Amino acid sequence: MAMSDYKEIIRQYQNKSGGIIEAYNAIQKSYGYIPEDAVAAAASAFKVPKAEAYGVATFYSYLKIGPRGRNVIRICESAPCHIAGAEEVVKTLEKELGIKMGETTADGKFSLEFTECVGQCQATPVITVNRKPYEGVSAGNVAAILAEYK
Amino acid sequence: MVEEMRIVLRNLGKIDPLKIDDYINAGGYKSLQKAWGMSQMDVIQEVKNSGLRGRGGAGFNAGVKWGFSYNTPADQKYVVCNADEGEPGTYKDRIIMEKDPQSLLEGMAICGYAIGATKGFIYCRGEYPFVAELLNQAIKQAKDKGVLGDFDIEVRMGAGAYVCGEETALIESIEGHRGEPRFKPPFPGVSGLWGKPTVVNNVETFANLPSILEKGADWYKAIGAPGYPGTKVVTLTGDVANKTFFEVPTDTSIRDVVFGLGGGIPNNKKFKAVQIGGTSGGFIPEALLDTPIDFDSMGAIGATLGSGAVFVMDETRDIVDIATRIAKFFEHESCGKCTPCREGTKRMYELMVKMNNGQATAGDWALMNKLGSTMKQISLCGLGQAAPVPILTTMEHFNQEYKAKLLA
Ligand SMILES: Cc1cc2nc3c(=O)[nH]c(=O)nc-3n(C[C@H](O)[C@H](O)[C@H](O)COP(=O)(O)O)c2cc1C
Ligand code: FES
Repeated sequence: MAMSDYKEIIRQYQNKSGGIIEAYNAIQKSYGYIPEDAVAAAASAFKVPKAEAYGVATFYSYLKIGPRGRNVIRICESAPCHIAGAEEVVKTLEKELGIKMGETTADGKFSLEFTECVGQCQATPVITVNRKPYEGVSAGNVAAILAEYK
Repeated sequence: MVEEMRIVLRNLGKIDPLKIDDYINAGGYKSLQKAWGMSQMDVIQEVKNSGLRGRGGAGFNAGVKWGFSYNTPADQKYVVCNADEGEPGTYKDRIIMEKDPQSLLEGMAICGYAIGATKGFIYCRGEYPFVAELLNQAIKQAKDKGVLGDFDIEVRMGAGAYVCGEETALIESIEGHRGEPRFKPPFPGVSGLWGKPTVVNNVETFANLPSILEKGADWYKAIGAPGYPGTKVVTLTGDVANKTFFEVPTDTSIRDVVFGLGGGIPNNKKFKAVQIGGTSGGFIPEALLDTPIDFDSMGAIGATLGSGAVFVMDETRDIVDIATRIAKFFEHESCGKCTPCREGTKRMYELMVKMNNGQATAGDWALMNKLGSTMKQISLCGLGQAAPVPILTTMEHFNQEYKAKLLA
């Protein structure tokens, strides 16, 4: 996918009332994050001050300005996942990837983030990779999940 | 013996969610046609009489809410479906949308006709992109079939903010803003999306409507608890044998949910506590398990039905540790608009960490009580009002666990 796409994406949503969040979601889907310049472009396209375009992008925890790993792994730390052993999963992921929560691997492949409940609590603990949920995760099956993205 | 009763999940496993013909062959869209043959007022009256109350947490009578929008003249009105489903431990709206999306669309169209709206939005949480895709396909099928008449439905995605489940924050988000709750009044029914009369209802609330229209208010009113009739879809998590969802009449007791359908506590452990309604719900001890799950009965014991999440904890669980994790949730999710919530959730989390680490004093205990009751009373929205509830209810019912961690 072309990396200058964000202008085109913004254009698609420009005439939609309230479309700025839709545009951000679509940009993030394409890039994995929101480029700095896209925020300024969104501000002028949606006719809001830059501060507001920034304010919107930074309010939502799934939107991220600036580069991060191509694959974003999120670990649910809400109470049901917490008591089911989310901490063990965190430790295993940190060890497998050699990074801490909130960091990105040197090759830019993976980022680790916390999330709250992702609505898949029928088999806890739960992680998501690029918003795709994996249930019943344990120290034993983390490596197999990562292998899908390596 | 407690049994399931399926109204919103009546088509579960019987139809292919992405084949609209399956839905139609099962009687789908007859209720919408029936509604079109009635006056708008009669539809609203029928919904009012059924006693259907919101399934998203606040428990407001759906027909009464619709009446506000019907009675407010405007060139455009909106129907908004709250599919933000952010309460930890809840996944019932996802199940409803994944298994029977047309039920939701039909319910929204019934509401649209009743209040005079031609446009509906489904606000789907950012964690469910696959549900949004499915909904878009279902909407396309319904449009192609022409079953929705002139009612149009659009899916909008959230982007990870619990507070956007609050109806006015949700409206702000659809408008493209930060999801900060508005001051009420005016209520959305009168002035909502882009200042127009807007009905905001939960997925499960809408999914009840086709059956209510089909079988009538009297049929519905006779099911479950008289004050909060019908069924509730509950989702079981934590230390319970059957971690799954059930749809039960609202007069079912908590005990029947946890020990009957839920199959009790696994590994021969004993029950310690259950938190119902998601992370904002109160903790319930063994002594109160015979309470029916309906909205008012739960309120009477200082708990909530909320979203219907049922989070079970066995005897080995550390209540103070879990309450600390919950305090962190609220500290993270507070939108920061009002001071009691922004500062309160932060200080409460600090105090809970101190408590959990065995460094809190009797003075801190008193402070937590005072801070909690202040937040409950003066926070702008339900987030800040509910944030202290898990802490205050655990301090009340599991007092000894806190006392064991207090500095002498
Ligand atoms: C912090 C907060 C989060 C909420 N989250 C949700 C939610 O995820 N889904 C929902 O339907 N209602 C949620 N609500 C309740 C809504 O504000 C509103 O009452 C509801 O959508 C109305 O629909 P109903 O009457 O059909 O329940 C939330 C309220 C608050 C204060
Ligand atoms: S609590 Fe972790 S997915 Fe719901």
